[in-house]
Amino acid sequence: MPEFVPPVEAYPGKVVEVKLGATKSEGGTRGKTVIIGGEKTPAFYTFEGATPHPPVVAIDVFDMEVPLPKAVKMHVKEVMGDPAAWAKLAVEKFSADIVTVHLISVDPLIKDATPKEAVKTVEEVAQAVKVPLIIGGCGDPVKDMNVFQAVAEAFAGERFLISSITRDMDVERCAKFIKKNGHVALSFTPMDLNMARELNRRLYNHLPREDIVMDLTTAALGYGLEYAFTTMERARLEALTGDLELAHPMSSGTTNAWAAREAWMKMAPEWEPRELRGPLWEVVTALTLLLAGVDLFMMMHPAAVKAVNDVVRQLTKTSVVNVNAERIAEWVSMKVYGEDGG
Amino acid sequence: MKELSPLDVYGLLPKTNCGECGERNCMAFAVKVVNREASIEKCMPLSSSEFAEAYKRLKKMLKPAVKEVVIGVGENAVKVGGKLVMYRHELAYFNPTAIAVDVTDEMPKNIVIERIKKTEELHFWYIGQVLKLDMIAVRSTSNNPEKFATTTKMVAENTNLPLILCSFNPKVLEAGLKAASTAKPLVYAATKDNWETTAKLAKRYDCPLAVFAPNNLKLLRNLVESLLKNDVEDILLDPGTVPGDGLADTLNNFAIIRRCACKRGDELFGFPLIGVPMTVWFDSAGTAEEIVKWREAYLAAMLIVRFADILIMHSLDGWTLLPNMILRQNIYTDPRKPSAVQPGLKTFGAPDENSPVMFTANFALTYYTVASDIESAKINAYLLVVDTTGIAVDSAVAGRKLTAEKVAEALKKSGIESRVKHRKLIIPGKAARLSREIEELTRWQVLIGPKDSSDIPKFLQEKWHTN
Ligand code: B12
Ligand code: SF4
Repeated sequence: MPEFVPPVEAYPGKVVEVKLGATKSEGGTRGKTVIIGGEKTPAFYTFEGATPHPPVVAIDVFDMEVPLPKAVKMHVKEVMGDPAAWAKLAVEKFSADIVTVHLISVDPLIKDATPKEAVKTVEEVAQAVKVPLIIGGCGDPVKDMNVFQAVAEAFAGERFLISSITRDMDVERCAKFIKKNGHVALSFTPMDLNMARELNRRLYNHLPREDIVMDLTTAALGYGLEYAFTTMERARLEALTGDLELAHPMSSGTTNAWAAREAWMKMAPEWEPRELRGPLWEVVTALTLLLAGVDLFMMMHPAAVKAVNDVVRQLTKTSVVNVNAERIAEWVSMKVYGEDGG
Repeated sequence: MKELSPLDVYGLLPKTNCGECGERNCMAFAVKVVNREASIEKCMPLSSSEFAEAYKRLKKMLKPAVKEVVIGVGENAVKVGGKLVMYRHELAYFNPTAIAVDVTDEMPKNIVIERIKKTEELHFWYIGQVLKLDMIAVRSTSNNPEKFATTTKMVAENTNLPLILCSFNPKVLEAGLKAASTAKPLVYAATKDNWETTAKLAKRYDCPLAVFAPNNLKLLRNLVESLLKNDVEDILLDPGTVPGDGLADTLNNFAIIRRCACKRGDELFGFPLIGVPMTVWFDSAGTAEEIVKWREAYLAAMLIVRFADILIMHSLDGWTLLPNMILRQNIYTDPRKPSAVQPGLKTFGAPDENSPVMFTANFALTYYTVASDIESAKINAYLLVVDTTGIAVDSAVAGRKLTAEKVAEALKKSGIESRVKHRKLIIPGKAARLSREIEELTRWQVLIGPKDSSDIPKFLQEKWHTN
């Protein structure tokens, strides 16, 4: 029997690196930038090569009061309605690498706030925190385009991630104002690789690949997570085998985890407390997709954010060369502390 | 490895198109076999001596990259492994990760019994299936054969769940095996120090055997080779679950083993994998219990995604287990088919001619969510399940799998018009945009229901009047 050698593969493809945010010297006002992507191996196959940039977490901030699950609300109720204060809390207390400003109030069916008002909100947030920003729309394709354009122009050079560009928008127009004002596009499609390729191709007419991140849609644990997982895993594997149109960093709207009733609902006593179950729902949704290759998580619950950051740190650490596996070598006979006799 | 084509299978079938297998012809059967929707045993002619050689070759050709191993006996026995592919989209995963909960031979008897009961009883209804835990791992913390025998006997008497007997001391293992000799437990584990003796035990008691070599794949593989040489065939692999700074290595080891098995045809690694999330309990001294449980839960989730076939856990809290039970169900669904329910008219409670009529999609998750909302509110109602090819309401509306025409057709076919006096149809809030067209096609009045079916009871209270 020949000696065992770990099966390392060579991949012809590589995920493009995308820089979010721009510092003063780069034409923006951010205190730091964040680079995502650059993978040359499947997610955390570190036996084949190190992860070039650790995946990061962006915390959601809304520009108005929104209904939130109780477990989340208890952490942010002081700052609801004040996006600048909320952003500060997200960065200073919850260690957000990035902040997402969701401009919900521009929705014609909600407050129909003007693009100008949206710019003002973004201005407040950009003043309050120095991390890169993601600009989220309301879901109305026409209104979002106008808002995105106004924000893009008012903050030219900041390399904000514009979330998101969808197939039902005037993609050419969006790509142009994103390019002209030095931002990054989030290309969003509903769990379909052909659609993702097609939308990216349309963006390529005006944007270099380095200015595109893609979102293939996140469904919650129990509500279609497997579709999201498999779509993303396939996208990444195809990127590595040379499919340039899918070789973009991936973003996940992990907050969708809270759409699952089991995340927020009061249930029979054996499943309680929901204050722990809920954030764990968000963590499990995130980690499943982390292993499919997601580079950027948009999240909400502080404990969930911390868990994801802890795992990413453990998976990307370079300092420990020899892991001490001895400490679990006798696990079968070790006692769980704190338990009566056991 | 080369992908199997139906022609490869067809070539070895009797090719008489006799139809005994239930298929139109041998080619149709071959397609099903390749897709793992039928087993070759269904072709009766193949079992005659004339085809013995072809049968053998087919068996070999269809052998999964990861061996399927059975643990336990009777209806609670679990099958693990049997994986054909590394990635879910390449076909589908079979045999969901079995979750075991630990007890020890030094826990007081009442605690052991309590943990067994909880393991057996914990269950969750999810899209028409019941999700449950699968096994009990009995660990010897005493390292005392008598103690282990007593506990194992007591456990075996109190549960039919398959057991994992855990000790590195062959004397202890043998005492446990004697005490549970008919239960066909998994013997955990052979190590570099004890493998010769444990191999003999596994053979003598005809039980599957786990191999443990923490963070040492070379050793793990050598041990497997030695076991195979000693005629141990049902093997499971534990490359060690090292939490914290060992997480990267742990996931690497799982991926390397599975890649060797599925992509490189390495038979020594072609066995099911054991993950032990409960190792976090030995790595967290001084940490609050809630936090340890939280870490154990998400480590389990990562291992489910990264190829684990068995997990051994300590926490028995529903909030840590539920996400993992659901994740496992999700990842192990067949990506080739949507999970759908039979379309048609369903009744809830005892509906009469004035009871509400609603419709929903035939996506399993949608149907069971809506059904449980109606049931738990004890509503008498008719629910028309429209064939959306197993797609959820708003996806189906967007993808035109749910149209006014389909609703009209389903309504007509259901015979509901003769069962109720009124002509009012409650539609899902997410199908609101179909309302005008439905009214035009059916001549029924449409009431746009709430977006989430949990609001149906409130909606009916406020809006349902038949006169
Ligand atoms: C998983 C998913 C998919 C999976 C579908 C899996 C499946 N078997 O259904 C896949 C990947 C296949 C898919 C495909 C598509 N999807 Co899709 N998908 C989702 C996702 C992530 C979750 C859907 C889900 O499972 N919901 C859970 C179930 C239980 O919800 P439900 O069926 O709506 O039921 C609830 C309510 O409707 C209500 N209800 C149900 N019945 C009834 C009955 C009554 C009487 C009442 C009162 C209430 C009620 O209560 C239920 C519980 O809350 C959503 C986004 C999201 N996070 O919601 C997008 C989403 C629904 N999809 C979308 C789209 C556009 C599509 C596609 C058209 C994309 C495409 N062009 O390919 C296709 C269409 C597929 C087809 N052929 O028809 C859009 C819809 C946008 C819109 N509203 O127009 C969404 C919202 C994503 C997005 N933002 O773009 N999708
Ligand atoms: S039973 Fe066998 S021989 Fe007969 S049709 Fe089926 S596959 Fe062919």
